[in-house]
Amino acid sequence: MSKETSDLIIAGGKLIDPGSGLNKIADIYIKGKRISKIETKKLIDLKKVKIAEDEKIINASGKIVATGLIDMHTHLREPGREDEETIYTGSQAAVAGGFTCICCMPNTDPPIDDQESVNFVYERARKALCKVFCIGAATKGLKGQELTEMADLKDAGAVAVTDDGRPIFNSRIMRHCLEYSKMLNLPVISHCEDLDLSSGGVMHEGYVSTLLGLPGIPSLAEEIMVSRDIKLAEFTSGRVHIAHVSTKGSVEIIRAAKKKGINVSCEATPHHFSLTDELIKTFNTNARVNPPLRAQKDVDEIKKGLRDGTIDCIATDHAPHSIEEKDVEFNAAPPGLVGLETALGLVVTELINKNVLSWEEAIAKMTINPARILNLNLGKIEKESPADITIIDPRISWTVDISKLKSKSKNSPFEGRKLTGKAWMTIVDGKIVHRL
Amino acid sequence: MPVTKLKSKDLLGLEGMSKQEIDFILDTAVSFKEILERPIRKVPTLRGVTVVNLFYEPSTRTRISFELAEKRLSADLVSFSANTSSVQKGETLKDTVKNIEAMKIDMVVIRHSASGAPHFVASCLDSSVVNAGDGAHEHPTQALLDLFTLREKYKDLKGLRILIVGDILHSRVARSNIWGFFAMGAEVAVCGPSTLMPYEMEKMGVEVFFDLDKALEGRDVVMVLRIQLERQQGGLLPSLREYANLFGITRERLKRLNKNFTIMHPGPINRGVEITPEVADGPYSVILDQVTNGVAVRMAILYLLSGGEEKVE
Repeated sequence: MSKETSDLIIAGGKLIDPGSGLNKIADIYIKGKRISKIETKKLIDLKKVKIAEDEKIINASGKIVATGLIDMHTHLREPGREDEETIYTGSQAAVAGGFTCICCMPNTDPPIDDQESVNFVYERARKALCKVFCIGAATKGLKGQELTEMADLKDAGAVAVTDDGRPIFNSRIMRHCLEYSKMLNLPVISHCEDLDLSSGGVMHEGYVSTLLGLPGIPSLAEEIMVSRDIKLAEFTSGRVHIAHVSTKGSVEIIRAAKKKGINVSCEATPHHFSLTDELIKTFNTNARVNPPLRAQKDVDEIKKGLRDGTIDCIATDHAPHSIEEKDVEFNAAPPGLVGLETALGLVVTELINKNVLSWEEAIAKMTINPARILNLNLGKIEKESPADITIIDPRISWTVDISKLKSKSKNSPFEGRKLTGKAWMTIVDGKIVHRL
Repeated sequence: MPVTKLKSKDLLGLEGMSKQEIDFILDTAVSFKEILERPIRKVPTLRGVTVVNLFYEPSTRTRISFELAEKRLSADLVSFSANTSSVQKGETLKDTVKNIEAMKIDMVVIRHSASGAPHFVASCLDSSVVNAGDGAHEHPTQALLDLFTLREKYKDLKGLRILIVGDILHSRVARSNIWGFFAMGAEVAVCGPSTLMPYEMEKMGVEVFFDLDKALEGRDVVMVLRIQLERQQGGLLPSLREYANLFGITRERLKRLNKNFTIMHPGPINRGVEITPEVADGPYSVILDQVTNGVAVRMAILYLLSGGEEKVE
């Protein structure tokens, strides 16, 4: 196949694709919405091609070419809080951050807990710059009492169920949720929080909360529920995925469960591997998040869990909040931070450049691993697969400037942080949707 | 170089404040205490200065103490509490204080149930902000008046062995005093029920006790904190009765203290719970001196934050 029969060629980049096992310089040919060829032998001589005259060829030498990044944990706020984010503005932030696929959480207003609301999300997502998959509520109204019509949700395209933002606190309902969703082959994403133990808390319970006199959320509040959910998953043979693991104890519990062969997966967020509760000493409300930023020992263990494979995925938990809502005293601020546009830079700076993860491992945790957990037919570069590609500049240094974020909300605690690595180009279904 | 001016436009906490700066405030307060003992207890020092007292949490003593300090300095003052403000109409704290500042004021005294609220207000305003208690974080004017009271009695606090007893977890008085005592070179221990002791308390540099009798051994000063009935409902304490048995300061227990010991309490007192009436009213108790000194110390703080330098005439 020659370049005449393709619409776009990504030439000379280092293809790192854990999904297909490729890790070498390659030219990727795209025809329409799909990849038509991966050439690793007869490479285009970029010195001979006049790029300016041939817009079809993208010179990706010095760049890393990956299959499009997938964020399996995104809050898009539509419907209900379109002042904070919409499915469209969230997709703008996503592609700027290198994501070609995001999975939106159902804790909107009203929640995504029936077929009609899932249809609404997909209807709005048609205009989005990236792929959007909908995660449905596990219980009606996210109340933790009655199961949603999960078969209906799945028919409409929901890829998982969750009450994220809240736990399913009643253990009997969680048991039935795992049993029922298993029948439908839908994973359950669990927000692990014992609401009695976390009650009133606004930050991690530790030395910093002692100093500040702010009510603490003990690590235990998460770990008890992680243990419970693993027990329930073992008993039901259900499919549980633990969202936003934040404590050392949780990592240890999940590691032991995996060793025992229990079917559990989990994710960690960039803020939980790159920030600690020390940041709250200035009462910075953008550092208020749930689960809270923990202590250094927790950050260290999350990195260890990422490295040894205990933690399967890196997910943003992108949670937009308006300036007004965050411009208040610390206790009054809602938890959550925006993460789509800083995630990749934090992965490169904090994990890859500090030898916690190799490029293959990091990319796997942002592509093929979440795709497998959610049964998405995405996450690898091969002939005929969708042309979703993220080209990463691994060396570019940049400083986070929240005023430049594409997200409608600017609640990032990373303002002013110097990062290395950024999405240089994002391609969705063969179309360039972002370029630096 | 001697301190002749406060470093910050605000007084938000004692964490990180130097002995020199604390001594400077306390020395200034000495002059104001003299004024309070005159027949006419009023000076024109802050004439034309407007102070707003924002109390988002109930307070009797601290609020009256600030108001008297302001009146005795001839400042113009306005006080409001949360139940009469527009807070209930849904206005944010930032909007409230910005509106108040727009009415041309010079200083804000704020008490708030949220740790960090005065710091947030200080970041929103050009006016000076005085923290009159924020959540369980700091209560710097209380700690300064406690230091003043002890300095009057002992001259130098260096090496003084101090014990703070009670609900350390919820106490801003404890935290501010720990920083203040450390700055002055005292040795500090805390004692209370294990459910009311915050996580990693010892990291602050204090010795932690759960046995009151052991904790009292060889102490010079005991600061008794108020215990609140709500703690029982929160599952933190079985009963005030048992609290009184384990942690109540009784005359019997005073035998373990050093000679010339002092009993302090920031108030309000639950007589018969954390302290018996005879101890609260005993000759070694400085509880009412603390209250008297509170006005002088707050006068000094308001004076210095309004730009005052060195000592008053």
